[in-house]
Amino acid sequence: MHESSIHVVLKAEQLGTLFGLPITNSLLMSWLVVILLSGFAVFFRHTIKLIPGKLQTSIEWVFGSALDYIAQVLESKKLAQRFFPFLATIFLFILLANVLKFFPGVGSVGIYHGAELLPLLHAPSADLNFTLALAFIAFFTIEIAGLAALGFFKYSAKYVNLTSPINFIVGIIEFISNVGRLISFSFRLFGNIFAGKVMLVVIAAFAPYVIPVPFILFEVFIGVIQALVFAMLSLFFIKLAMMAPHGAEAH
Amino acid sequence: MELESARLIGMALAAGLGVLGPAIGIGLIGNGAMQAIGRNPEASGKIASNMILAIVFAEALGILAIVVSFIIKFV
Repeated sequence: MHESSIHVVLKAEQLGTLFGLPITNSLLMSWLVVILLSGFAVFFRHTIKLIPGKLQTSIEWVFGSALDYIAQVLESKKLAQRFFPFLATIFLFILLANVLKFFPGVGSVGIYHGAELLPLLHAPSADLNFTLALAFIAFFTIEIAGLAALGFFKYSAKYVNLTSPINFIVGIIEFISNVGRLISFSFRLFGNIFAGKVMLVVIAAFAPYVIPVPFILFEVFIGVIQALVFAMLSLFFIKLAMMAPHGAEAH
Repeated sequence: MELESARLIGMALAAGLGVLGPAIGIGLIGNGAMQAIGRNPEASGKIASNMILAIVFAEALGILAIVVSFIIKFV
């Protein structure tokens, strides 16, 4: 941008088109993450034994403790097993996308267009399309979970509450805050990763040699926490959506 | 005042003032969590995970301010 030497892009660069849809470099990298995750899943499926080795034990332990935590929050083992794939997929997808962006080659290997470099790979979570898509998926899952648990009339009674004027306003506010979760989910992940990327670029422009290392460590930590937070918030909102409406329980 | 300097001032103000509120908020959340852990060290696991959840909400607003400042400068 203009004459500054720090090159920061808000929108992921487009590499080409496929059937008329634009392919950006962050889309390419999210495909790479999908291939890595599903490839590892298929590979791991074939190495499952009755007496587990080290990899299988550690994965079983992680999944077991996550399932226990979800069962504790949702207060039902059956519900925990129903929602576990969704939450674990969101967590692993965002985690791998956030950790992979620190590998050498992401953002630096690319095609030269005249004087500008067009990187082939770009952090997916720093693209608002990626986070908005995940936020939509989480939003629809939360709403459908609430609808499936409570039925249509009881669930909409939480938002369209005609018992008294105050409850009506509260219902409208709750509905708006539910839709506001779309914005908050997407911008939380996008802002954290994007701000971290800009901070790293600025530090690398001033002191490229040993100084960026603690900041990169910090950004890896933030990436892990953001993945965890996305999954945990989806879990809490699912629990909230499945709770009975306000009037039915004593507060 | 030309557009470029207005952009720079706008970016700095948006970022600086925008993170003031969330920073104080996170400090207050941490304060409450520390006091709760001090009274009941056994429940520190539960208190800590709830604290992280509340901090994430407060931080999201700060991140919104930073994103707005980037949009002012670079778009």
